[in-house]
Order: sequence, then structure tokens, then C-alpha cells
Amino acid sequence: MRRLGQHGLRIGLVLVAGGLLSAMLVRTAPGYGVDEQDLDSRLNAESHRALHEAKGMDGGFLRFCVAWCGRVLHGDLGTSAALNEPVRQLLEERIPETAKTLGEGLGLAWTLGLGLALLSSAPGLRGVEWAAWFVASALLCVPAAVLAIGFVLAGAPGRLAVGLIVFPKVFEFTRNLLARSAVMPHVLAARARGVGEGRVLFRHVLPVTARQIFALAGVSVCMAMAACIPVEVLCDLPGIGQLAWKAALGRDLPLLVMLTMLVTLATLAANTAAETLSGNLRGGEAR
Amino acid sequence: MKIRIAALVFLGLLALGCVLAGWIAPEGYAEQFRSEPDAACSRAHLLGTDDLGRDRFARVLYGTRVSLLLAPAAALLATVLAGLIGGAAGFFGGQLEGWVMAATDLVLAMPWFFLLITVRALLPLNVAPATSVGITFALLGCLGWAGAARVVCADARALCRSDLALLARAQGASGVRLLWRHILPNLKPALYAQFWISIPVFILTEANLGMLGLGVAEPLPSWGSLLRELESCSTGITHAAVLAPLALVILTVSSFQLAVRKKEIHA
Repeated sequence: MRRLGQHGLRIGLVLVAGGLLSAMLVRTAPGYGVDEQDLDSRLNAESHRALHEAKGMDGGFLRFCVAWCGRVLHGDLGTSAALNEPVRQLLEERIPETAKTLGEGLGLAWTLGLGLALLSSAPGLRGVEWAAWFVASALLCVPAAVLAIGFVLAGAPGRLAVGLIVFPKVFEFTRNLLARSAVMPHVLAARARGVGEGRVLFRHVLPVTARQIFALAGVSVCMAMAACIPVEVLCDLPGIGQLAWKAALGRDLPLLVMLTMLVTLATLAANTAAETLSGNLRGGEAR
Repeated sequence: MKIRIAALVFLGLLALGCVLAGWIAPEGYAEQFRSEPDAACSRAHLLGTDDLGRDRFARVLYGTRVSLLLAPAAALLATVLAGLIGGAAGFFGGQLEGWVMAATDLVLAMPWFFLLITVRALLPLNVAPATSVGITFALLGCLGWAGAARVVCADARALCRSDLALLARAQGASGVRLLWRHILPNLKPALYAQFWISIPVFILTEANLGMLGLGVAEPLPSWGSLLRELESCSTGITHAAVLAPLALVILTVSSFQLAVRKKEIHA
């Protein structure tokens, strides 16, 4: 319970710091305070001032930050200048698409990565280990955007490209972890006593490595989210990554910082969940 | 061992090609042969021409120069920042270390690519090509320090608690002398390793940024902007030469990774 509270506090602090930082970025960005209505010659100076006040463009930096954070806390995420739509509506439309991409991509990455790492750790399967290592190393050298284009050319579902981008990291980390655990004294002792390979793996190796594997699961969410940008752009998937790219090209900073904050929060939540799970495991081991 | 030597030889040849680009491809990266757009490989154009009639071989050479010279520059910047931030946090410890590590955690929690395009969007997009090169790689260097800083901080902390630091303090060494003569020289291997690890990461990130149109501006080529040609191959790849930049990226990154492993072992 205490650990959950600490994590909650940490996420809250990140929210406050991120909110202030985002407000600062929006306020200091080039072009802030310039509205196309300023060019409307039918409006007089008073109308322009009233418009600026309504949009919170006038006043000091602190006032702007407080107003901006207040609006965000009330659920008003502003309007996208590039797409001319409320940010909240854009997010509601696109989050499910990205969630689907992340789900399918991470599912593929973990199935391939963990499965091949487990197979590689089995004795007598050196061929599988070498083949998996070669494929993972080759994938590590290919830009994510090129992989996405490859999927488009092959007519394969673009979402799976995220899986192939994350797979090499999952495979290499878990393979090294399993290899290190396999030579630990209690594992060697179990083998010397004639315990079967399956039992050694599930009773002696995996419990030791589970905490690090959970930690990697949290980190892999962050990797997959970063991979979403090139994949969604090039495979034309209308998700958060594609929205961030459109916002970057349109210099729509309010939308972009909101997306970055949202993605950071999602990443922190994933890492917190992974840490809580691994903490529970440690607690279980201690008992 | 042999494969590592081969990797280093390949990188050396590539670097030589970059240096001699003006001599090998005198026509330059921006010259257009308007009568031969999208031409196949020939004697005049070893890798054919792109859709604007520019010699692809010349563009690959000059693009290699941009990517291969500036990725190490960005890696150097990131390593220096990591050394300063992580080293100071590890050396002084206490609250400073706590705050620096919290900042590092925050930066690491943000998906790097999101942060990169956010900061890139803050800066002008319609800038001169040379400026866009500087912006792209300065951004990579400025945002890529966090992971390395964590490693350097842990190393500096361990060194400060080591016997050699205790002995130096017992002999009356001041804080500055301890840092300059004992801690920094022992941090070098970690910094070298971080530098070498960062180069392929930055090459790939520039390639991704370039393919999304947020990297180096045209007409200056970089591997990222050269790979954009693949986007136009939606109906299939007409000339195999289009794949030349991709092959070069893969070979270079894998060569760096092979060289890095050796450096890591030394570290």
C-alpha cells in the first residue's frame, strides 16, 4: 500500500512538473500570441484585446501557467491549431487505434522474444540460438521507419512492425538474463542432482529472472510507444503517433506537449505496474 | 576477432569515401540531370539518378559524410553532457544526486522520439540545410544524455567510495584534485563505451527523423533523407539502387555494433 502511495506521489509530481514545463514550452514557442484573427481588419483594437483575453494570451507567465494548468485539470485540453479540432476529441478518436497497435506489437515482440530466448537457453538448440541472434541483430540495424515501409510493401499489417522493432531488445535482454541465471550455483546444483531441464527452467531459473523480466515489460511499453510514430505515419494508421507527427509538421505545440505528457504518463503507469509486480515477487521471495 | 577487424576496415573505408567525396563524385549532390530522371545504373551514374535527376551515387557519398561525421559529433555532445551531469551527481552525492537522478528518470520515462519531435517542432522547420543539420544533431546530443548519465553517476559514486579515493583523501587531496586526478581518469572507460554505443543509436534516429521529414533539409542529403526514396516505391522497387542507402545504413550500424562490443569489453 505504501509503495503504491509512493508511486502515486511520483506520478503526481511528474504531472505537476510536466504540466509546468509544457505550459512554459507553449508560452515561449515562436508564434505564441499570434492569431489569424489579428489580421482581420474588420475588428478594432478592443475586439482584438477581448479575443486575446478570452484565449488567455495576455498577462504574465505565471498567470498563463496557472490558467493553462487549471484548464487542463478541468478537462479542457485546448484546440489543435493544425487540425482545428478539440484536442480531447482527437485523443478520444486516436487512443484506441494506438492501444490496438501497442497490444498487437507488444504481443508479437514478447511471444517471439521470450519464446526464442527460452528455446535458446535449452541445451542442444544452438542452431535456434544462432538464428534468433542473427535475426535480432539484423533487426537492430534497420531503422524503424524502413521496417514499417517493408510491411507496407509486403501488404502485411503495419501494427506488427512495432513487434519486430521491440523484439530484438526483448530477445537480447532475456537471453542474456537466462544465460546468466543458468550458471548460478543453485541451478548448477539442481542440474548436478539430475533435475530435468524443464523443471530447472521453471523452478530455478525463471523465478530468479522474473523481476527483471517484469521491469523489461515496463520499459518495452516505452519502446513500443516511440516506435508507434514512424509505424503509424508510414502505415497510415490513425493513432497517437501519426497525430504527433502531424502536430510536429504543423508546429502545433499545444497538441504536441499534450501528447508527450499523455505518453509519458502511460509509460510511467506501465513502469509503476511492472515495479509493483516485481516488488510483490520480491516480497513473496522474502516471506 | 576477424569480423571486428573487417568492421573497422569497412568504417575506415567509408570515412575515407566521405573525405574524398568531392573528388570521387565531382558533379555534387544537388546537380540535376534533367534529361535523365529516375535513370537506371549506368557508367555515368553508378547508382542511377533519383526522380529529380540527381546522381544517386554522389548523394549517397555526401549523405554518408553528413550522417557519419555528425552522429559521432552528437554522441560526443551527449557523452560530455552525461559526464558532466552524471559525474557531478555521483561525485557530490546527497541531494544533488537525488535531483539529477529524478531528472534522469523523467527524461528516460518520456519516449525519446516524442520528446525529439516536440523539441524539433519548437525550432523553425524552414531553415537553411546546413542549419537543419546542426539542429538535428545538436538535438540528438542534447536529448540523448540521460541513459549515459545514469551509468556515469553510478561509476562516479562507486569510485568516490573506493579505496583509491579514501587513500587520496587521507593524503590530503582536495576535492578538485580528487576529481581531476583520480575520478575523471577512471571514468574514461565508461565514457568511451557510452560514446561508442550512442553512435549507431543516433544514426538510426536521424534516419527515422529524416524519413518523417523532420531531419536534414533538402537538397543536402543524409541517410534519412535518402531513405525517403523508399516511400515512393509503394508499387514495388523499380531499381535495386534505391536500396543502396539502406544497405549502407545496415552495414554501418552493424559495423559500429561489432566495434562497440570490443570497446565494451575493454571498458
